[in-house]
Amino acid sequence: MKELSLHILDVSENGIQAGADRVRIAVEEARPDNRLRIVIEDNGRGISPDLLRNVTDPFYTTRTTRRVGLGLSLLESAARHCNGSMRVDSVEGRGTKVIAEFEYDHIDRAPLGDMTGTLMSLIIGYPEVAFEYVHRVDDCRFEMKTPEIENMFDGRPVTDPDVFQKLRQILTDISGRIQSIKNHPG
Amino acid sequence: MARLSIDDLKKIKEKTAKETSLREGRAKIKIMVHMGTCGIAAGARDVMNALMDELAESDRDDIRVVASGCMGMCSSEPNVTVEVDGEEPIIYQKMDANKMRQVFMRHVLKGEVQTDFALAKM
Repeated sequence: MKELSLHILDVSENGIQAGADRVRIAVEEARPDNRLRIVIEDNGRGISPDLLRNVTDPFYTTRTTRRVGLGLSLLESAARHCNGSMRVDSVEGRGTKVIAEFEYDHIDRAPLGDMTGTLMSLIIGYPEVAFEYVHRVDDCRFEMKTPEIENMFDGRPVTDPDVFQKLRQILTDISGRIQSIKNHPG
Repeated sequence: MARLSIDDLKKIKEKTAKETSLREGRAKIKIMVHMGTCGIAAGARDVMNALMDELAESDRDDIRVVASGCMGMCSSEPNVTVEVDGEEPIIYQKMDANKMRQVFMRHVLKGEVQTDFALAKM
């Protein structure tokens, strides 16, 4: 994957395929600690302890179940290549939490990339799922929740062109502000 | 609060009509972008975003865009399935943003199947 945001799209999709109707995506960029952390949490059916042990083995899991496959192993190897790691916590029937950590300034760390594109694809592709997106850069925090967006539009669905245009504007605005924070440290 | 003008009322009427049609599920055309790991790695996100732009511009309320997982044809990803009511679904293969725009404008809006990009009829 060329961008971390593509991993985020992929892993979020795992949760939705596992029946989640709530997905929380958190991106934490802590430059003073030289760390970038991605947390993706869903309330899907979870992974059994047996499967969890082999969750990042692409050959063990790909064709036995649709719950996991190459996706998590790709994210894990991306994290490891950047002196980082990936962890999967899961409780059957409750949901799954994937945490990936990267060394922020590692030369092999892929850029975060087009988060707006990732979020829009998820939100439009799965209108029945509630998404929460939290992005932190050092001490600044941005947050977006799809149910709140729908409330802003009197309950009109996110698939309504007016609503999703507005949503895209909000997300583009967030990523613009994040970029400007990164351009002006301190 | 500002007073409502006739134009405002008209806008509200149009929007409500649009909303109701969405709720009543009048979608006649379903466009499915396959976004498994394979699809995403091959560029399905760009395809999806191009599709959203086209949909917004078309101002049609009977078209539904959905995402779905891998369908087992990873080597021809990104795949897109177009299902028009009463017709056989068409699977398009190796899509990109431009091909998606062409399929939307020709197949979805005008009913001309783009056989050059098609993988199969289901």
